[in-house]
This record gives sequence, C-alpha cells and structure tokens, in this order.
Amino acid sequence: MTDQAAPPIEVRGLVKRYGTLEAVAGVDLTVNAGDVYGYLGPNGAGKTTSLRMMLGLITPTAGSVRLFGRDPITSVSALEGVAGFVEAPTFYSYLSARRNLELLAAYDGGDARSRIDAALEIVELTGRQRDRVGGYSHGMRQRLGIAASLLRNPRLLLLDEPATGLDPGGMRDMRRLVRRLADEGMTVLLSSHLLGEVEEVCNRVAIVRRGRVVYEGEIAALTRAGAVLRLRTSDDTIALAVCEAQPGVTGVRRVRDHLELTASEDAVGALSQSLIDAGALIHELTPQSATLEDVFFSLTEGQDAAPAAVQ
Amino acid sequence: MSGIATVYRWELAKLRYQKRTYLGLAMAVLVPLLFVLAVHLRRHHERGGGFAFSDYVDRSGLAIPLVVLLFGAIWLFPLIAALVAGDIVAAEDQGGTLKTILTRSLERWQVFCGKGLIALSYACVATFLCGTVGVVAGSLQSGFNPLQSLSGTIVSAPRALLLVYVSLAVYLIPIAAVVCIGLMLSTITRNSAAAVVGTLMLSIIFQLIGILPGLSSLQPYLLSTQFNAWQGLLRTPIDSQPIVRAAWVCAIYAALSLGAAFIVFMRRDVNG
Repeated sequence: MTDQAAPPIEVRGLVKRYGTLEAVAGVDLTVNAGDVYGYLGPNGAGKTTSLRMMLGLITPTAGSVRLFGRDPITSVSALEGVAGFVEAPTFYSYLSARRNLELLAAYDGGDARSRIDAALEIVELTGRQRDRVGGYSHGMRQRLGIAASLLRNPRLLLLDEPATGLDPGGMRDMRRLVRRLADEGMTVLLSSHLLGEVEEVCNRVAIVRRGRVVYEGEIAALTRAGAVLRLRTSDDTIALAVCEAQPGVTGVRRVRDHLELTASEDAVGALSQSLIDAGALIHELTPQSATLEDVFFSLTEGQDAAPAAVQ
Repeated sequence: MSGIATVYRWELAKLRYQKRTYLGLAMAVLVPLLFVLAVHLRRHHERGGGFAFSDYVDRSGLAIPLVVLLFGAIWLFPLIAALVAGDIVAAEDQGGTLKTILTRSLERWQVFCGKGLIALSYACVATFLCGTVGVVAGSLQSGFNPLQSLSGTIVSAPRALLLVYVSLAVYLIPIAAVVCIGLMLSTITRNSAAAVVGTLMLSIIFQLIGILPGLSSLQPYLLSTQFNAWQGLLRTPIDSQPIVRAAWVCAIYAALSLGAAFIVFMRRDVNG
C-alpha cells in the first residue's frame, strides 16, 4: 500500500559493503514530492550503488530505503509509480525500439502498452522506432531509456547520469526533457557528476563523498552558504587581524588589494562594526556568488572535506 | 500465473531473433539426416562400413530416431539443451538487460519460472523435431516397416511409431535435468559460454564416471544412465523399472540444480 504522506524517497543509514570495501557508508536522504533532486558526487562515490539499492537491484548491508513508504527490496510492487535506470539504459539489441518497449510494457502490465506511442513521441524516436536498438547511438539509447521509464507513468523518476556520453545538443535536450517532466509534476532524482546540469535543473541536492552524504539541501542555500565576501578597507592589515578574531568569520585570506572571507549575515553586521571600531574604513564588502562547482569541490576534494552538513 | 506466461511469451519472441536457437534446431535436424545418409551410402555404395544397430535401420526407418537417441545422449542432446538453458540468464546479465526487466512490475520468481519453462520447451521441441526428422527421413530411406524390439520380437509399424514418440517423451526426463543444470550454471556463472560449456562438460563427466572401473555401483544413479531408460519401452514385456528410476534420479538432479539456481537468482545483487 502506498503511504500518500510518505516522501517519494526516504533513505536512512544505507550501507553497502563488498568485502572490505564500503561502497555506501551510511547515506541518509529525503526526496520530497515535486523535487528535482541532484545526487552529486565524484566517480566511485557510491551514487550508482545507492540507486541500485533504491531500485531493489541489490540488497543493502544495512539501513533502509522507502519509496512512497514501501520497501523495494522485499517486493517489486514497491516500484509501482517508480521508474528509471542505473548506468546506461540497456535493451535487447536484436529487437527494435518498439519491440523493446512492447516487451517492457508487457512486463509492466496494465495500460503501459497504450503509452508507447506517446513515450516515443516525447523522446523524439517515433521515426526510428522500427530500427534495431543495436544500431542506435548512445544518445538514442539514453532517450529510449527515458521512454521505457515513461511507460510506467511514474510519479518518481530515478535517472543515473542520463546525459553522460551525449554531445552538447543531446545534453541540452536531456536537460529540457527532465525539466519538462518535472514541470508536469514528476519527482526526479538525477544522479550526475555534471554540475552545470544539476545546477540548471535541480532544486535540491545531496553531495556524496566516499559513500557518505556531505551535504543535503537546497542548491540556493548551498551556494549562498559557500559564498565568499570580498572586503576592501583603508587598512587591510588591521582588517585582517579583526577578521581573524571575529566570531563567525572563517576562511580569511589576503588576495592582492583585498581580503576574502566567508561569514553568515549576522557575523557580517558585527564584523562591520568591529572594523569601524578598529579604524579600518570599509570601502567594499560584497558577496562573490559561489557556483555549485565551487562548493562541490570544497566538499568533495581534499583529505578532510567538510563534514556532513545536512539541512 | 499470468506473469509467468508474459515472460514465457516474450522469451519465445526473443528466441526467434537469436542465432543459437537455430543452431540447436539445425543440429536436431542435421544429425538424423546424417544417420540416414550413412545408411544410404552403406547400402548403395558398399562403403563406409556399418555402425551399431545399422542392421536395425536397414530393416526399418523407425529405428533411425532410436539410434539417434542412443548416440545423442553423449553430447548432442545435452548440447542442444545447454544452448538455451545455459544462456538464458547469463546473457541477460552480460548484456545488462537483467536490471532492465527486474525493475518492471514482475517479481523475480516469475521471471525465473518463465525463463526455466522456455528453456525446457526449447529442449522438448528440439528433441521431438529430431525424432520426427528421423522418422520421416528414416522411413523414406528404409521404409515404414515393423521394428524388431530389443527382446527380438517384431513390433508393427504403427505401434513402433507410438513407441518412438513415447521413447522421446521418456528421453525428456534426463534432458529436463540437463536443462536445470544449465539454468543453474547460467545463473551462478553469469557467463553464457561458461554455462553452456560447463553443462556439456558435466554431461561428459557423467559418461566418463559411468565407464570408469570401480565406480560401476554409481552407474544406476548417474544422469548419463538415465538417457537409456527409454530402452525399457522396446522390451517385451515393457520394462518400466529404468523409467521409474530415471524419474526419481533425474528429479533429484533437477531439484538440486533448480533450487540452487532459484535461490541465487532471488537473492543476487544485480550489478551488471
């Protein structure tokens, strides 16, 4: 039974070990209805393994996955209203695209078969539906993967790097397609390492590093939190000392004719007062907007990347 | 049950597009024709020598399918059975399509049952095709004549024809066990070639064990021995004892193989 109040995806303490290798090391995330949720991380971070567990393809070592409140590990019926693919979507290369979709529609049952034409139309493969999938380009297979997902009339779509391997035009089309599906009310989880893609189409993200979520929340909040302030004063030496001593101000560094620092809005107010009190007149104090890429690298690179900052 | 029927129907459709399907069926057609050709050459050109039971096939074309059953037990029928059974899960794994079908609305056990049934069906079709080609080609070559039973009595042609088809049915008992072994290797190895070759190797190993001195006590329980159970039908009176033994011995082989395959398939992580 679907729990109407349950979020489309709720993952708690998800762990997957292969011998001594911990591919997923305790992932917690919640995808709410209507989210276009970016699941970000470098290669090997555990994204695909997490998605496999969400789709019931592999059994977690520990933790739980709930899709609309149901456990996909115990029964495939938990995937009702859920569709997607992990890694590249795969089909029977010796069958035509249409025959592949007919097979999958038969496996889905219900009125899935009646959606084949519409699904092919959406991904713009109607004209090539009779061709064998073996002759399809990578991009066409990716689009066919979306079409196969749409047969299930999903409320939740899980896509694992759908734009990987596509040319710029294909990537743009894929972004538009995902955006369009989201606009139609579909909840989407988009696993990717293409930051621009995620920043363009997603409203929330989880960033994973070495099998752990190091950030989960709104992209806007993430980039705001990661924003750097540019400070120019009448005396940067005094200003540097004030900034370093000021509570709530971090990452202070001198860059040519100015300082860079990060601080919360409250800390900025206090800092302004402290600078004036110390005799350093403020010529400029402006936020330098951080991109998702800036934040992503700050969270995922280095020996001791930021600890989990789940919001 | 409709889920299993769906898988069965689509597995059948997929078989139509795969070369291995036709390879196995071609072998099932070709081998009895080769026997008929051998009989023809021997009779008309006085060369090529005789082969076991060649006198039988000279007198009645209905002996051809039975001779093929006798020789086919060593590699022909195990290979035909393994071609589909050994490939049916492993090919999905290697091609990455297992994850595609396991994220639809059918349960894993339904997919497994559908696949197992189609592998069994294929082996049945190939066996009966082989027998039918043998009957037709043999009758054209040596005539639709009465058949001499293994007890020396003469069986009328219509009754002999019935016995041929019942023999084919009995032959399916060990073939079903081979299908289950193929399915197990296909599921466990996740590699089509390894599963097909492995199934054939196991069949040959059973044959080898059967001829090794000192291991004769094992012979009644070897899978290879059960391929001779049909011969009980050609005795007067019919000897049902080897058929009954084939049924329970093969049931054990099948249950163990199928059980292992089922457990692995249900619990496996699909990483491909």
